[in-house]
Amino acid sequence: MTFLKNTGIRILYAVILLIAVLVLNFSLMHLAPGDVADTISQSMGGADQEVLDQIRADYGLDQPFLVQLGRYVGGVLQFDLGYSFFYNEPVTKLILERLPATLLLVFTAQIFALLIGVVLGVISARKPNGLASHTVTLIALFGYSAPVFWTGILLLIAFSLKIPWFPVAGMRDVTVDGGFWVHFADVARHLVLPGITLASIFLALYSRLSRATMLETLGSDYVRTAKAKGLSEHQVVYKHALKNALSPVITLAGLQFSAVVSGAVLVEAVFSWPGLGTLAFQSIIARDTPTILGILFFSALVVIVGNLLTDMALRLVDPRLRGRGA
Amino acid sequence: MSDLSQQVKARSPFAEAWDMFRRNHAAMVALAVLGLISIGAVVGPYLYPTDPFDMVWAPFSPPGEQGFLLGTDYLGRDLLAMIINGARVSLLIGLAAALVSIFIGVTVGALAGFYRGWVEEVLMRITEFFQVLPTLLFSMVLVALFGASLPMITFAIGIVSWTAVARITRAEFLRIRELEFVTASRAAGAGAGKLMFGVILPNAMPPIIVQSALMVGSAILFEAGLSFLGLTDPNVVSWGQIIGSNRQYILDASYTVTIPGLAIFVTVLCISLVGDGLNDALNPKLRQR
Repeated sequence: MTFLKNTGIRILYAVILLIAVLVLNFSLMHLAPGDVADTISQSMGGADQEVLDQIRADYGLDQPFLVQLGRYVGGVLQFDLGYSFFYNEPVTKLILERLPATLLLVFTAQIFALLIGVVLGVISARKPNGLASHTVTLIALFGYSAPVFWTGILLLIAFSLKIPWFPVAGMRDVTVDGGFWVHFADVARHLVLPGITLASIFLALYSRLSRATMLETLGSDYVRTAKAKGLSEHQVVYKHALKNALSPVITLAGLQFSAVVSGAVLVEAVFSWPGLGTLAFQSIIARDTPTILGILFFSALVVIVGNLLTDMALRLVDPRLRGRGA
Repeated sequence: MSDLSQQVKARSPFAEAWDMFRRNHAAMVALAVLGLISIGAVVGPYLYPTDPFDMVWAPFSPPGEQGFLLGTDYLGRDLLAMIINGARVSLLIGLAAALVSIFIGVTVGALAGFYRGWVEEVLMRITEFFQVLPTLLFSMVLVALFGASLPMITFAIGIVSWTAVARITRAEFLRIRELEFVTASRAAGAGAGKLMFGVILPNAMPPIIVQSALMVGSAILFEAGLSFLGLTDPNVVSWGQIIGSNRQYILDASYTVTIPGLAIFVTVLCISLVGDGLNDALNPKLRQR
């Protein structure tokens, strides 16, 4: 029951956060120079004041701030984020078309970084002065310091242009024809380089943290007890110690979701990945404000849902948390 | 006792920290390299006065040939001149944006940790709100809506990066406000402002300093990301922007992308090494890790 109740509180809290994002969005739209009427009149090649006023009345832009804000929030609750005059499509439709690609990239990178990071961390914790340990330090330094778009371009040059193992851009090859698994393999092939690039930033963080927590757990009393009981080294490390060392890493991974989404914007730009980042980039160039703000809203939504999932994962891994309040 | 106090000279915490820092070879080398880069950014444009916007030669002349040490870019501009001038923008924005976020973060964290209660509640909710917004997207939106001037870019980076500083400052304030010397100052009649910034803050500095050093590095990466996407003042050169504008031509001239990237990488690497060194020097308890 407490699990359900806590989750309920979390979800309520997430909704409040989302509404706050909407208010911010709307205020930004208001503060920014130029409005929808200006955009429309520009696309018509200019209009006089009368027409501008008419457009403003049509779109409710002459109403007081709070009324407009209420309408905006109400619209979003009905999945209406406004209309993109650049793409001539509703913003929600535009975003939903591209959201799956971004989700695929973001979650692949997170899972990839977590898996490799934890494995590297565990190996280097067992031999603190071994080769793996130094590798972790080097990867960490690179991951912290290299701009992610540069890492992406370097990988692109190496494994796509010089050695043509992976495709240069996009998410799928239009010439590929076949059943589900053929397409699956095609997307997977396209995903390798962007996935590794995005994971490279977080791999460093996770491997360093899991190394530190593993070192700590391996020195604790219950691990010694497990060893004294005669369990094999393998069982001690992977069944007893790892479980306890995992929760700080998962907590950290949850906190990184906003950074992962940010990184995804740059990675998508490098690999022409057809996701929200590419859409954001294009709509910023086109000064398409409704789309930009819609993306900001949806990416905040991705972060919030990511945080919720992390929280649940944490409760699954660490039974001590299950009874505790939100 | 009096003998002892004469023999052992009291040393300032700064001298002690510097002593610790000096023993960290990687951090010392990094500091030296950073010094060189900074000097290069300040005096470089005078020593190497080629205009970074001038088309001095044919496009894509490889490094070392035709007298251009780093070659020319897709418009035939001197890459060395661009790197030197770009250093100014990257370092300047990195420093200024880090200052903005440290200022916001320390203020928010100090108020939350000092006053507790509803002030803390409200401020920490605001902090969480900013943690939920994807940082890069939010600053892209700000720059796109309000114009790509250098002050706006600096503000846009600073406003999204302060949450970590706020959390660290708050944690330190929560710890230190309970210590006896704070109670003593309070009893001696120190006001809230004096207690926060005159008594507690100086003692909370070590972790804030470390975080600030790292902030400069991430602000430089941030600016590079924005300018890579083209969200930068078109009248100045910056490292990320060189990569962004040349990236279509990596097949013909990969050096136009690898060299500016290397500049960012080395600079940020040195800053994080210095940050690590500061961390060891200022938080001796963590040294075993």
